[in-house]
Amino acid sequence: MQQMILTRLGPLTAALLVLGFVLPEWLLSLSTVAFAKGLVVLGLLVLWRAGLVSFGQALYFAGGAYAAGLLALNTGINEALILVLAGALAGAFLAYVAGLLLARYRAIFFAMLSLAFSMILYGVLVKNAELGSTDGIGLPPVTFLGFDTADSGRTIPAYILVVVLAFLSAIMVEVYLRSLRGSLAEPIRDNEVRVEYLGLSVRGLIHTKLVIAGALAGLGGAVTAIAIGHIDPDATAYWTISGGFVFITILAGAGSVLAPFVGALVFELVRSYAVAYAPELWQLILGTALLLVIMFLPGGLWSLFTRKRQEG
Amino acid sequence: MEAILSADALNKSFGQVIAARDITVAIPARQTVGIIGANGAGKTTFVNMITGYLHPTSGRIRFQGKDITGLGPKEITRLGVCRSFQIAQIFPTMTTLENMVVALGVADRLAGRSGLLQPLRQAGREARAQEVLDHYGIADYGAQLAGVLPQGVRKLLDIAMAVASEPKVVLLDEPTSGVSAEEKFATMDAVIRALNEQGITVLFVEHDMEIVERYADRVLAFYDGTIIADGPPAETLIMRDVREFVIGDFQLRHPEGGGHA
Repeated sequence: MQQMILTRLGPLTAALLVLGFVLPEWLLSLSTVAFAKGLVVLGLLVLWRAGLVSFGQALYFAGGAYAAGLLALNTGINEALILVLAGALAGAFLAYVAGLLLARYRAIFFAMLSLAFSMILYGVLVKNAELGSTDGIGLPPVTFLGFDTADSGRTIPAYILVVVLAFLSAIMVEVYLRSLRGSLAEPIRDNEVRVEYLGLSVRGLIHTKLVIAGALAGLGGAVTAIAIGHIDPDATAYWTISGGFVFITILAGAGSVLAPFVGALVFELVRSYAVAYAPELWQLILGTALLLVIMFLPGGLWSLFTRKRQEG
Repeated sequence: MEAILSADALNKSFGQVIAARDITVAIPARQTVGIIGANGAGKTTFVNMITGYLHPTSGRIRFQGKDITGLGPKEITRLGVCRSFQIAQIFPTMTTLENMVVALGVADRLAGRSGLLQPLRQAGREARAQEVLDHYGIADYGAQLAGVLPQGVRKLLDIAMAVASEPKVVLLDEPTSGVSAEEKFATMDAVIRALNEQGITVLFVEHDMEIVERYADRVLAFYDGTIIADGPPAETLIMRDVREFVIGDFQLRHPEGGGHA
């Protein structure tokens, strides 16, 4: 099975890596941010399939970004791989702690409680001078597998890093989703009582999903911090950031582990062009796009691919 | 004969309302026990306490000599006590076959027959799921969404899923409720045959006395939260108190009268 996933994702990842040396810098930067958001949305997909909508993924996204930034600033460690690992661990840890409470709640209570947690972190960040308050913190130049990017710039290395991380994350999530624990998302959404009476803890299963989603969000946050070189509360922890992730999840659909990356790329492209050509109307354009997707593609953009395959 | 399952002085109250009072019973292995009683008599409360859905206010529950009082559904299921429900607890947006595959997948995992990251859907497991559905006579519904199945098929699927983990004891809460008169015997035939073949001890809550007479080795009659009669169906169902307080057709069925419990 893993072989099958590699066969499908491998060539696509190779093509994306080659494009990293061809595409213009602005598009690489946009793609890097988009794929980093795709990582967060991949985690939301894991929750979404179990019927859980988190409006608080910014908590783990910011946690990962700040963990990477603070590690680089305070210890002098500037290797990107270590920083993203720290980001993922920070996201997973925060999700584990928040999950002790979140895993007990469902539906709107789950959504609002997750939002509340993220706004607590936002409040801490904006009030804390040590963490840069509203100005945030800047990241020193980082190295990628030992290559210094101080002179050459980090656009291409950051792009390659996020593509490789997206590839690995997609494979791991695919393996998880096909495993028993991952496959129980739909049964949990349908009927928790029966899952408990089959002998499993629904709370434990959901807690695991929260930690996976938290780790992916932390990873996305760390990559974003490395790519942009600066972290601040409004760009990482504010509730609109969480809303944006949910927006992309709906736009993308939950049909495949590739969907979050397609959705995030489309979202960033539409937003960038809307801001460039209609700076007063970009929210209206994005809102209209979401409305059209909900009305005509309830399975998200990914359903276009599955429809085409079914017709073929 | 040593009891596989026993309850000792079980009590359950919800505030001022007493739902179960001083229930003491011992069930030997491989027995098929019918639980009867009017609505509110405490039958489902008893089943819910045994299976961890409710915790007794006082008293002890033992399974194979182990005290299981206060354990949750997950722990009790893992020990080997499973249940089905009055309203079938299935996964409505999945097909009948997928429901069974999930149940078998969890059973395999709990028995250590399947690894942590092994996929749920495997050809071998799907074939086994098909066999189980066939055993319960519902294989023709394999591709249908469980949410649109006829009531009798839903009940059978619920029971088949409940016993996928090969439990020692299964409690069936009204297995024929909502099942048409034409279907009820076929449903129970399929269930009891399958469970007896596996050597499972069965406790079933039932309102239909024809079903109880036909399938139970022993009857527990509940009234006002406690057991008022306990014995073979031929003896229990003709007791005066059972007919008056449980069956409710004393004059209609036995105008000549009967003995006390």
